Amino acid sequence: MRVPLSWLSELTPLSVDAGDRQAVRELGATLDSLGLVVEAVERVPAPSDEVVLARVLEIAPIPGADRIRQVLVDEGTGEARRVVCGATNFAVGDVVPLAKVGAELPGGMVIRRREMRGVASDGMLCSARELGLGSDSAGLLVLASTGAAEGPLPGGVELGMRLGEHLGLGSDVVYDIAVEPNRPDCLSIAGVARDLAARRRLPFELPSPRIERRGPDARELASVSILAPEGCHHLLGRVVRGIEPLPSPPLVARRLLLAGMRPIGSVVDASNYVMLELGQPSHPYDLDALGGRGLTVRYAAAGERLVTLDGVERRLGVHKSAGGEEVEVEDLLICDSHGVPVGLAGVMGGASTEIGRHTSSVLLEVAEFSPLVVGRSAKRQGLRTEASARFERGIDPEGLERAADRFCELLAQAAAAAGASPPEVAPGDLDDHPLRQGRRMVPLRVGRVNALLGTSLTAGEIQRLIEPIGFTEPASGGKGAAGDAGEEGGGHRRPGAAAGEVLEVGVPSYRPDVGGEVDVIEEVARMLGYERIGRTHRRSPFVGTIGERNGLQRRVRRLLAGLGAHEAWTSSIVDPTLHRRAGHLGELVELANPMVSEESALRAHLLPGLLAALRHNAAHRNGEVRLFEIGHVFSSPAGGEGRPDEREHLGVLLSGPGDDAVSAVGAWRALAEGLGLDEARIRLAQGSALPGPWPPISTGMHPTRRGLLIAGNEVLGAVGEVDPEVLEALSLPASRRVGWLVVDLGELEATPRRTRSVRPVSRFPSSDIDLSFVLDDSTPAGELERALVEAAGPLAERVRLLGAFRGGDLPRGTRSLAYRIRFCATDRTLTDAEVRELRSACIEAVTTRLPAALRG
Amino acid sequence: MTSTEAEDPPVAETIERFAAAAAKRVAQARDLEELDALQSELTGRRSPVAGWKRSLGGLADAERRELGRLLNEALERVEALLAERRVALRREARASRLDGDRMDLTEVPPGAGPGHLHVVTQVREELEDIFVGMGYEIADGPEAESEWYNFTALNMPRDHPARSIQDSFYLATGDRETYLLRTQTSPVQVRLLERGSLPLYAVAPGRVYRRDTADARHLPVFHQIEGIAVDHGVTFGDLAGTIETFVSAIFGSATATRLRPGYFPFTEPSAEFEVTCAICGGEGCRTCSQTGWIELGGSGMIHPAVLESAGVDPEEWTGFAFGFGIDRIATMRHGIEDIRVLLENDVRFLAQL
Repeated sequence: MRVPLSWLSELTPLSVDAGDRQAVRELGATLDSLGLVVEAVERVPAPSDEVVLARVLEIAPIPGADRIRQVLVDEGTGEARRVVCGATNFAVGDVVPLAKVGAELPGGMVIRRREMRGVASDGMLCSARELGLGSDSAGLLVLASTGAAEGPLPGGVELGMRLGEHLGLGSDVVYDIAVEPNRPDCLSIAGVARDLAARRRLPFELPSPRIERRGPDARELASVSILAPEGCHHLLGRVVRGIEPLPSPPLVARRLLLAGMRPIGSVVDASNYVMLELGQPSHPYDLDALGGRGLTVRYAAAGERLVTLDGVERRLGVHKSAGGEEVEVEDLLICDSHGVPVGLAGVMGGASTEIGRHTSSVLLEVAEFSPLVVGRSAKRQGLRTEASARFERGIDPEGLERAADRFCELLAQAAAAAGASPPEVAPGDLDDHPLRQGRRMVPLRVGRVNALLGTSLTAGEIQRLIEPIGFTEPASGGKGAAGDAGEEGGGHRRPGAAAGEVLEVGVPSYRPDVGGEVDVIEEVARMLGYERIGRTHRRSPFVGTIGERNGLQRRVRRLLAGLGAHEAWTSSIVDPTLHRRAGHLGELVELANPMVSEESALRAHLLPGLLAALRHNAAHRNGEVRLFEIGHVFSSPAGGEGRPDEREHLGVLLSGPGDDAVSAVGAWRALAEGLGLDEARIRLAQGSALPGPWPPISTGMHPTRRGLLIAGNEVLGAVGEVDPEVLEALSLPASRRVGWLVVDLGELEATPRRTRSVRPVSRFPSSDIDLSFVLDDSTPAGELERALVEAAGPLAERVRLLGAFRGGDLPRGTRSLAYRIRFCATDRTLTDAEVRELRSACIEAVTTRLPAALRG
Repeated sequence: MTSTEAEDPPVAETIERFAAAAAKRVAQARDLEELDALQSELTGRRSPVAGWKRSLGGLADAERRELGRLLNEALERVEALLAERRVALRREARASRLDGDRMDLTEVPPGAGPGHLHVVTQVREELEDIFVGMGYEIADGPEAESEWYNFTALNMPRDHPARSIQDSFYLATGDRETYLLRTQTSPVQVRLLERGSLPLYAVAPGRVYRRDTADARHLPVFHQIEGIAVDHGVTFGDLAGTIETFVSAIFGSATATRLRPGYFPFTEPSAEFEVTCAICGGEGCRTCSQTGWIELGGSGMIHPAVLESAGVDPEEWTGFAFGFGIDRIATMRHGIEDIRVLLENDVRFLAQL
């Protein structure tokens, strides 16, 4: 909402000079503190002092030029000045603005002496647009017509007078205010002025328009009726006849421009001016173009069409749902008496009854529409207008008549300024008011106010804060509550003294947002000023904690960073195609309203995003990288009902020098070690050792270089390499090996940790035995190791795989695995006999349980 | 002079000659090996001195004493020289060994080095630690939320104008209940309240979504942290004080805060909170639009309707809530001009912080 200072000052005596930077800034700070956030402050200079009033003395053609003429003007010096001018809308004797050489016009143009077609132009005659006083650029801004080059001038017109002085236009300041959705009253100059006046303890008054009515009664000239009272609660019609096509007076035009609207003509401008000033939208119809000379309000039939003022044909009463089916909806239409649509209620008028140059009679519609109905229509049509924005949030149901009056007053003023005959406002109003709201009353407990705010305000103080913005106690006529006088006399506040006291507060009609006590408490706080509420430092009675999961995440991050992996953050909204290319087979949770198809589903895996990040880094020659991410992944809910299944995964992508499945297993082991997982209870299962089919968590992995991490019956994650086909599909070199580890953090959190009690360390010497076994490639080393561990028993301090050997004299498809087992007792030195016995037990266990043979 | 066994006792002059010649040879020894051989030749059992000592037996007492003294003196002198030379040669040997070990440590090629936590994580963990220090617990909630938690329970019934302020990504679940990607971390408030254990002091950091086109200042996917405190007698003054406390913990005590009225359906009174502009220190600059303040987040007293919908009696319990962007703090702190860099995962960026 763009709010000119001069306009505010008309409604409350702010006494802020537009040139006083300090005062302008302070006013902005007051607006901020009221919750009317100033997003920008624009300084508007006064019209240049070098633009003065001049009378046209003579108009002559320029030989050889048919678009420009030479004009002699008198600027009160008695000497004629010659200027070249392209406009034709003026005559000898007219008083027009003359920009002298050196004048700077809005927009930065500086007037210089120029020669055109051999004629020297000593200045420029200006249009309203060139002066920033309107949008009319077709002709000069004619300020008065005297009919002759000499003779008396109308009152207030003095040749040579500065234009700014003549029009009463000084410099100005425009505050661009962000109005929160709960403050529809501040979508008007008056609402902003009311808040400011209350805070600064200044008087505030809404305009009280004076209009004269004559001619036949409105009810004889037109009619209004509401057929949909839930959609239109109140419709007021006003008939004005005898209208001439006129521009708005410069003051009105300039204010509209400053507020961000384009002046069009006195009728439309008056309607817009009233909307900006009072917050009440209205719509003028050309009465002669209105079928049956009347308005009716009804809902649109399904598929009914209307061409709105912007020239767009709109299909109403139906809407395509997200699923693509057409559903019937409520669009409220303004129709003529024959039922022909002439406007989309509260949003935009129709083209057929638009005000034009030939309009002489106007039927003004001032209405109160249902915020929901207007809001939905505007949203469906993608047509959020100044009017719909106001109706949607709620206008003042008690302000309709004032708005109608103000419109009529402005029309009369425009006619007077142009010297035209005054328009005729018909006596009597067309008024259909099927739905009336009584005044809402809210009980406000003084104790509650202080308990919630941490203040110690008295009933009287509270009333003095909110009365100026219209929250009054009707019974007491706005006077302070009984018992308050004594405290005032005492001159001090006693905390809690007012507890138990209840104020009955009336909610002003322009505050539809206020529903209950707490809303009024906010108004108390707002008018007091948040900065005046004392800050207190409440302590939590608890010892804070980051919690299990967060602790786990933190340790995981640091362990992986220690392995040289950088933490990445990829988007959870992904391209389904990319997911499929990365091997995802199932369905994805899709967005109902994506912005683009490349971002239209929720990720089911971290792998595609991290591979894309890898590709980005490769494209920028960032070398071989290791990346990891912790993030949520989504899948359709089990059974298809309810919230999507959401899990937290850890993905580790290893593409550093020499990285492969071995690095991935290494990363997993480092993680398990660092997290204190009980590795003995986690199986790395492959091939025949799998409990079932490969689960989705292993999506995109190398078919012969992957394994599942299984704890108990739960799949914890998967480890191995990325499928070369997936790499290729994502434009990464398939020849490179990329290690991949993915872990479900929820499962990991539930995985058993190593016991906390430590095993004593032996003080006795230990003995090592080395054993090598030859076995088939299809038998996992993990199984051999498990057999060794079991057979070696509690005396084995550790069982370590030294390495695998293939080739040589070994048959194809087999390998030799060498283990070193260290035995040690905590209470004695083991004898050679004991160690020999253990060795035999180990060999026995392996060779009987597995298809393995001890190597020579 | 040779090292043959001397049968005749020497004369003083012979001893002197031996000692002088020995000194010369010791000084000329080139390495420890040579010195070892020399030592045994000059002072060992087969050395002239040893022979001379043996020959003294037949001499008269006075003469024997005199020659013995001379011999011992000469021997001591030679041994001292040998020891001295040994130290020198050892020093030389060590120096030459060390010289061979010499290494240019600036010649070491760079290794991979450790990885880095994402800057958003770094800020997030720092914020979490601050709130843990203030006695808050860390909570979380789902990112795919029901409309109930994201809007309705937060006092935004259907058609509430505030629903359209934050354009949301809805999910095509084909379910009766409508689900969407949470537009704020506030739904966690409701989930925490529903737990039914009060008082409650918690923060919920996490990822949120808005249907916005990505630009230098906005991402459709970003991070927020939500705070909530519900207890007996919690006031707006407590909210203002709490904001002051954590802001000075994040930005330092020179950073001031201010609250001004704002609008959030789930708080009343509602307040936007601002902090002193870090760029200009409150003087007014382009970043803060000459105001000296930077808007950080939203806050307010939890709306009674929100407490009620979660089954909490607003007459008995009051509380405040606040929320702000984590990414924004990261960009402010590190002077990141285009927020999109946070999602790019370029290691040239990641490895800096």
